[in-house]
Amino acid sequence: MSAPNKSYDPVEVEALKPHEIDEARDAALAAFAAAADLEALREAKIAHTGDRSPLALANREIGALPPQARAAAGKRVGQARGAVNKAFAARQAELETERDERVLVEEAVDVTLPYDRRPAGARHPLTTLSERIEDIFVAMGYEVAEGPELEAEWFNFDALNLDPDHPARSTHDTFFVADEQGSPDSGLVLRTHTSPVQVRSLLSRKPPVYVICPGRTYRTDELDATHTPVFGQVELLAVDEGLTMADLKGTLDHMVQSLFGAGMRTRLRPNYFPFTEPSAEMDMVCFRCRGESVGDPDRPCRTCSSEGWIELGGCGVVNPRVLVACGVDPERYSGFAFGFGIERLLMFRHGVTDMRDIIEGDVRFTRPFGSEI
Amino acid sequence: MRVPLSWLREYVDLPAEVGGREVATRLIAAGLEVELVERLGADLTGPLVVGQVLAIEELTEFKKPIRYCQVDVGEANGTGQPQNIVCGARNFAVGDKVVVVLPGAVLPGGFKISARKTYGHLSEGMICSTRELGVGDDHDGILVLPPEHEAGTDAIALLELLDEVLDIAVTTDRGYCLSMRGVAREAATAFGLPLRDPALLDVPAADGAGYPVRIEDEAACDRFVARTVTGVRPDARSPIWLQRRLQKSGLRPISLPVDITNYVMLELGQPLHAYDHSRLAGPIVVRRAAAGERLTTLDNVGRTLHGDDLVIADDRGPIGLAGVMGGAETEIADAPPVERSPLAPEGTTDIVIEAAHFDPVTVARAARRHRLGSEAARRFERGVDPQAAGAAAQRAVDLLVLLGGGTAGAGVTDLGTPAPPATVELRADHPDRVAGVAYGREVVVRRLQEVGCTVTGTDLLAVTAPSWRPDLTDPNDLAEEVLRLEGYEALPATLPRPPAGRGLTEGQRLRRRVGRALAGAGYVETLNYPFVGEKSWDGLGLPADDPRRQAVRLANPLSEEEPLLRTTLLPGLLDALRRNHGRGSQDLALFETGLVFRPTGRETAPVRPPVTRRPTDEEIAALDASLPPQPRRVAVVLAGAREPAGWWGSGRPAEWADAIEAARVVAREAGVELIVERDQHAPWHPGRCAALRVRLDGERRLVGHAGELHPRVVKALGLPERACAMELDLDVLQAAGGGPVAGPAISTFPVATQDVALVVDNAVPAAEVEAALRAGAGELLESVRLFDVFTGEQLGAGRKSLAYALRFRATDRTLTADEATAAREAAVATAISRTGATLRGA
Repeated sequence: MSAPNKSYDPVEVEALKPHEIDEARDAALAAFAAAADLEALREAKIAHTGDRSPLALANREIGALPPQARAAAGKRVGQARGAVNKAFAARQAELETERDERVLVEEAVDVTLPYDRRPAGARHPLTTLSERIEDIFVAMGYEVAEGPELEAEWFNFDALNLDPDHPARSTHDTFFVADEQGSPDSGLVLRTHTSPVQVRSLLSRKPPVYVICPGRTYRTDELDATHTPVFGQVELLAVDEGLTMADLKGTLDHMVQSLFGAGMRTRLRPNYFPFTEPSAEMDMVCFRCRGESVGDPDRPCRTCSSEGWIELGGCGVVNPRVLVACGVDPERYSGFAFGFGIERLLMFRHGVTDMRDIIEGDVRFTRPFGSEI
Repeated sequence: MRVPLSWLREYVDLPAEVGGREVATRLIAAGLEVELVERLGADLTGPLVVGQVLAIEELTEFKKPIRYCQVDVGEANGTGQPQNIVCGARNFAVGDKVVVVLPGAVLPGGFKISARKTYGHLSEGMICSTRELGVGDDHDGILVLPPEHEAGTDAIALLELLDEVLDIAVTTDRGYCLSMRGVAREAATAFGLPLRDPALLDVPAADGAGYPVRIEDEAACDRFVARTVTGVRPDARSPIWLQRRLQKSGLRPISLPVDITNYVMLELGQPLHAYDHSRLAGPIVVRRAAAGERLTTLDNVGRTLHGDDLVIADDRGPIGLAGVMGGAETEIADAPPVERSPLAPEGTTDIVIEAAHFDPVTVARAARRHRLGSEAARRFERGVDPQAAGAAAQRAVDLLVLLGGGTAGAGVTDLGTPAPPATVELRADHPDRVAGVAYGREVVVRRLQEVGCTVTGTDLLAVTAPSWRPDLTDPNDLAEEVLRLEGYEALPATLPRPPAGRGLTEGQRLRRRVGRALAGAGYVETLNYPFVGEKSWDGLGLPADDPRRQAVRLANPLSEEEPLLRTTLLPGLLDALRRNHGRGSQDLALFETGLVFRPTGRETAPVRPPVTRRPTDEEIAALDASLPPQPRRVAVVLAGAREPAGWWGSGRPAEWADAIEAARVVAREAGVELIVERDQHAPWHPGRCAALRVRLDGERRLVGHAGELHPRVVKALGLPERACAMELDLDVLQAAGGGPVAGPAISTFPVATQDVALVVDNAVPAAEVEAALRAGAGELLESVRLFDVFTGEQLGAGRKSLAYALRFRATDRTLTADEATAAREAAVATAISRTGATLRGA
């Protein structure tokens, strides 16, 4: 802004004629309105409000006017400049909105394009299914116990009341570590169940003992659609004062309800295992048909073959002989245990029809299971 | 055990309307594993009648001989006239009784019978073969009936074609259910009906006049009953009812004496053996075999005996493997004589019946040793009622007299005194405490009595198990009897209250985190078998003295090619990689977490502590010392594109750096800083292999390797090109893991960024340059990032330029440009002095 002009220049006073100021203002407004884009608007702004524009010149001359004329002239010029600036801002906003809209349209993409740039990984469903079962029991206060897969026969058999002549202790069923002569008399086996972990848990803890024992186990079956020599097991052991078969039943019911939803229940059928007495085979009601397919040929159930029940595994009251071998007083403590294979559970829970799909590590099988199950 | 329902009804008066399914349901509830209820004749519709062949006209003009027969079927066809039937079989003659199926009938398999013209004649039905009737599958021959059955008799009833058979898988503790007697007892209890015990027979006492027997090993044979029957007609055949019961039970009728021994075994559970009296030489002796003795068993296999085998012998040597199988030399001979043995040109007429009781373990071992399973061995292994031997022998004698026209020998041999069952002390409330149900003493006593136990006492019961239940030795065995008979379905469901738990261990949590992190990084988990072979090591190019070749060997591997247990996860993972690749998945990133087996050679032989007490701490330590270390590993393998090409541009192949980054992903989850150093280690590419170390207890510990696989390994194993791998010891990583992360204090003052490019020899690892920069920069340094590696002529051969972005920041002020530059210069100076670097452009 110029400093007040003390020396009058009468010639310049002419420039402050009111109509000229109005004309300059109108010309500016027209030019802004006519600007088709932001560039044209910028040029119009320079032309009409720049240093050499009529309004700028007029503004500069105000100081040169006689004092009595300054107020009126100043007001006039100020109003004109105000109108021009306002018009410019409005037009600029307008043009910017237009430009933004145009650019956003130009930047539009096909959002349906596939994007498999970082292919997803996945955890194996046997791992996550096992964890899911573990979590059910961890929430109840159980600990997850683990042990070696290559195990001494004492842990895998003797302590579990399987005497040396028990048929399970033959090379037909069990992988034996070769001794130096190559014969199966090393006293070491690939564990045939995770029960040795139960034994180890009883030896390393004082009762009460509540553990869940997941892990890999081994039996000499050839791989086919329903068998695998290496399979996952989850076993449970509870040893405390006053535990009963009814506690076992309630625990099993709780597990299948946690895995398959409310209303699920289990059934026990007497059976024989050396490490439990009484022993039972445990079935759960078919989670798909809930038993309603039994005797109804119109609604066959593929999951349970219309049997209504699905066999889960074995269970029972811990044989007091096992407690004795583990140094637990059977007069004071009792316990229950169960165990089942998780491949089978995975098969019917997820409709898998061939064991080999679970075993062979094909990524097409595993990927859909993601990170949790 | 196959149990025909019609036979079962002989011992239990099951209501007529009770069918096989209901019996099965009740038996299952009582603990018998009924696997199947087979409905015999379910798809059979009569009329099916006895016919007598009146005339046969041989038709010869066809490709095969055909017979046109007239068969008398009595009044069964409504006319009384003979039935004209065309038949292709030839094993019958005029006068024979046969089974005729008349038009309107339906045979098994939906085979509808109607009168139709064939071979130029109208055939009004069919003469049936055993196979068509479902009563045997020996051959296509016609079933010729014994002559006593009248023409027109309903053959469905005669042949007992309609029946239900329960197929029961008998568990090892229920040997007594390998008999009709045992199953009938369970059925009677299950239905609350009385049992007619077929073993309740009048049995004469030993009189010293029977066939001479000597037991030399009374521990292995605690009872031996021998009876004789003379004058059995060699041509006597088993009646239809007996044959049918055997067939339904899964045994083939052979000859009357053999059929009777089998029948009695099925009925009473006592295996019997019938000797041809004329072929025995001297007294029967029960003894251990002399090692190397020979015996040809009934299956015509010559066997060399083991010194532990218990044999039945006569003066000439072994004549049977006790409790397992008899010998061919003294076999009952059929009539007309079959030339199985030159010693038996005639049919057998005089028979010695053996009903003995052998030690279960001795029998089981012999059966296993000779790989010879038999119905007898199966029963002895599971326990046979020693008190039933006399009744069983008597039953066989009675049947031989009745059906074979024989005469019972006067003498009775009955040696040995089996130990009586032990008496178990049982608190009357023990079953209640096992079950969690208040049964009460009365129920407990009643149930045990139903099982056959003798029970005395009030609060403390003295329970003596019956002779057929050698499995009832412990209080819990008795409790189980009460529970199962009261019904497992009656058990309530209660939940115990475990003490408050501590959740997962650090190791378990780490494993889950590692799995999730690797899955998040695009890796797919596989769980591979741990079975490997020498070939696996060769494929990996392991040197001959590589410790990974020191592996546990299985005595009975599934495949002789893979008798070893893995010492590294790589063979299984690489197999899975190759399998996936072979199935068309090109871009692969796999991982596995699992145990490997690393014997040290210092393992001791395992001890075998007794199971009647807790093993001592020394014994437990000795057991553990017998096991090879089994560390937990994590490994990844990669091939193909890490990022595929797509509309976004080109892709990126998986490379050595991805494998090392996978290790860093794992280490981050463990809270461990990984030290990466160049290494040469099979099976990796010698120029693209990193050793991975961590600090543990002040030392640098090797935890694994990562990089690109050696091209020779890739070729040898048939892997996709440039496959990469990483393997880490998770246990060591976990041990090296720091405690909780210290939360960083965040400075909000501005950052000062300075770039620096250093030129070093190619051999200088970038990690060393970075470490030097960090050391020199001091505590103002917030981060260092290598953003470019450049090689080119202007640097000179064998040199590379490493460009770093250094970020400086103070916690308490805004850094001046001079401060930042001074810190940078200090960093550079350290790098220069430590690595011989020169500042690029300087």
